[in-house]
Amino acid sequence: MFNPYSLDGKTILITGASSGIGKTTAIECSRLGARVVITGRNRIRLQETFDLLEGTGHLMITADLTNQDDVESLLNELPQLSGLVNNAGIALPKLFAFITNEEAEQVFKTNFFSPFDLLRGIIKRKKLIKNSSVVFVSSIAGTTITSLGGSIYGASKSALNGLSKALALELAPKRIRVNSVMPGMIETPILADSSIGEADLEADRKRYPLGRYGQPQDVAYAIIYLLSDASSWMTGSNLLLDGGYTLT
Amino acid sequence: MMSGRNIKYSILIKYRTMELNTFVKNFAEQFDETEATAFTPDTEFREIEEWCSLTVMAIIGMADDVYHVRLTGDEMKASKTIKDVYNCVKSKF
Repeated sequence: MFNPYSLDGKTILITGASSGIGKTTAIECSRLGARVVITGRNRIRLQETFDLLEGTGHLMITADLTNQDDVESLLNELPQLSGLVNNAGIALPKLFAFITNEEAEQVFKTNFFSPFDLLRGIIKRKKLIKNSSVVFVSSIAGTTITSLGGSIYGASKSALNGLSKALALELAPKRIRVNSVMPGMIETPILADSSIGEADLEADRKRYPLGRYGQPQDVAYAIIYLLSDASSWMTGSNLLLDGGYTLT
Repeated sequence: MMSGRNIKYSILIKYRTMELNTFVKNFAEQFDETEATAFTPDTEFREIEEWCSLTVMAIIGMADDVYHVRLTGDEMKASKTIKDVYNCVKSKF
């Protein structure tokens, strides 16, 4: 059966693969025939993801991408890649006036400077083959809408969107495509980071025209579209995945 | 006259206590339109006209900033008076 979304023969690196969107994306990529290279900070949870992958030949590399030595080590181990998913990210739901320098720096380190560092290293070492695809996991937060306490997280995602566009232009001559996905709220462990209670989350879910938060696979399949040859003519775009939230 | 060790101990006690009236002052500071006199330990904070989702987050921010305690939205929901919030923060202090 013909499948334009197949990832057969492709090697994909996914960051933040120990949980949430990254974990599900890695598993679904493997189901579509990709050889995946997964990375994350937590070796035990990364192993759990690894054990759920379908097929063989996958790689697992524990690394803290905010640590230069870890990034260097990861770059040395990487095979040639057909795709990269910059997914690792953290939230900081806190009113602006209370945010410390350290907290703001940590968010930017993880959400912006880690993908910056990693991708620069990958490009310099020519690890991305021709016709490969880079995907940034951005957000509707900061880029399209915002919320109380969303300043630094939103700022970091806006920064990613700017980076993504410029890279799409610079890497086009190499036939490397760069796109981002912009999810709304997704049911993942990142929700546990916030001080928002379950009752408030439940009320928030109802504000989505499609009546629910997203599931990690909702994002994974959009990422897969961008990684596959089906999106061969798509670069510099941002895929909105929000259950209709930004309509209202 | 206090010995060196006693002075150190008394300073340690001072920095480790959580004073109710100071907490009420810190609570009141998160409001811009409401008189400070409106805030007492027994004040039911939801009755304050200025109370809204922004002030909830401001109280959570203050608890983190001043007392290094993480308050959740559920804990705020379960509290009725400023003293309730104080007790919650104190239990984690």
